[in-house]
Order: sequence, then C-alpha cells, then structure tokens
Amino acid sequence: MEQLIFVLVMLALGYGFGRLAEQRHYKSIHEREDALRSLLVLPEKTPPPQYLNHNSTLVTGSVVISVDYFKTFVAALRTLVGGRVSSYESLLDRARREAILRMQEEAAAQGAEAVLNLKFETSRIGQNGQQGLGSVEVLAYGTAFIPAAGR
Amino acid sequence: MLISNMEIVPSKRVVQHLGLVQGSTVRAKHAGRDIMASFKNVFGGELKGYTDLLSESRDEAVARMTEQATALGANAVINVRFSTSSIAAGASEIFVYGTAVIVEDR
Repeated sequence: MEQLIFVLVMLALGYGFGRLAEQRHYKSIHEREDALRSLLVLPEKTPPPQYLNHNSTLVTGSVVISVDYFKTFVAALRTLVGGRVSSYESLLDRARREAILRMQEEAAAQGAEAVLNLKFETSRIGQNGQQGLGSVEVLAYGTAFIPAAGR
Repeated sequence: MLISNMEIVPSKRVVQHLGLVQGSTVRAKHAGRDIMASFKNVFGGELKGYTDLLSESRDEAVARMTEQATALGANAVINVRFSTSSIAAGASEIFVYGTAVIVEDR
C-alpha cells in the first residue's frame, strides 16, 4: 500500500513538474527560434558560391535533458503494446532544437551568416546501469561562415 | 588553428595532407552530481552540470587533437567529427577526429 502511494506521488510530481518544464522550454525554444531565423542552418556539404570568400570555423551546441518519472512510466507501459512513444519523442525534439539553438547562438556571437554541414550526435547517459532512458545528450555541430572583413 | 567540419575551406587552398589526428577524453561525474541527476530524473528538465561537464570534455578533446596537429606542422584540421560513447555507468568517452592539413590563402 505504501509503495503504491509512493509511486502515485512520484507520478503526480513527474507529471506536474515535467509538464511545466516542457511547456516553459517549448516557449523559450519558439521565441529564440524566431529571433535566430535569419541565421541559416543547412546540412549542405558544399558552400554556395556567395560564401566562397568567407572565413569558417567550427561551432558546437550541446544539451543534456533528463526524463521525468511520468515519461518513464508512460514509456514503460507503451513498450507492452508497442507503437509511438510520444513522451520520448517530445523529449528528443526539445533536445535537438535546443542544441541547434545553442550552436546558432555561438555562431551569431561570432558574426556568422550561416552554418553549413550540420551534424548531430545523440548519446544516452544511463543511470547506474538501470534500463530505461535516464537522460539524453544531443550535440549539434557545423561550420560557421563569417564574412571576411574588408572584402 | 583553423578547425572545420567541411572538406573544403572557403578562400583557402589545401596544399598538403598530413593524415588523421585525434583526441579523446574519458570523464566521470562526481557522486554529488549523480545524486542531483537522479532527483532530476523525477522532475525532468535540463541537467546543467552534465551539459557543462560534457562541453568541457569536448573542449579538452579538441585541444588534444589540435596539439597533435600542431606537432605535425599543420595549420588547419578539416572534416572534424565528434563521437560520444558511455563506456561505464557514470563515465563517458568523448572522441574527436579529423584530417590535419596545411592550407594557404588563395
């Protein structure tokens, strides 16, 4: 009985705080995406001709995002019946977009016009050998193109 | 040192290839951070401590790669790739590799 109450309390905490954190995060993602819209990010390998005289440098952005108790619980139920695990989908979506935003911010700070050859790297940070997700790390990196001075 | 993850360096010409250079580091988080992280696993949200730790270790790996490239006499590393793997509970390896080259202005 006590265990059941413990699980229910954890679920309620996870649901409440997790939802709040997710809503807040999405709001900030949308705002910053709007602000950085003019900085192009392309997965293109070859630079377009107008960038051929620019300087280039590596830029990276990374984020580690944790699951909450509710998401873990829902995902565990979902694995019984199969199908889309939407609770993890939104988690990874947030992590990727946040990583791109941080990379864009780094590029913008250096006065870049565009970031090319975007690559992602996703890794799981497990918790004490348990199964389940724990937290995910997403790294986004690319080459920033900075207009050369005096040209 | 110019570092880029593209094969072409705009406005520069690759004069000489010097081969593969790499840098890696294995980092662990301290127990305090692990305990904080397990609390976070209930509430959700970003783990700032881990984000900082991983970007520090990435800088370290890039610094090691740059050191190798400098020793070879290169002035740029192109086609850089990152790779992360968790090798044990609480420790992860950051690996970065690229091609050391000598470039000159076109």
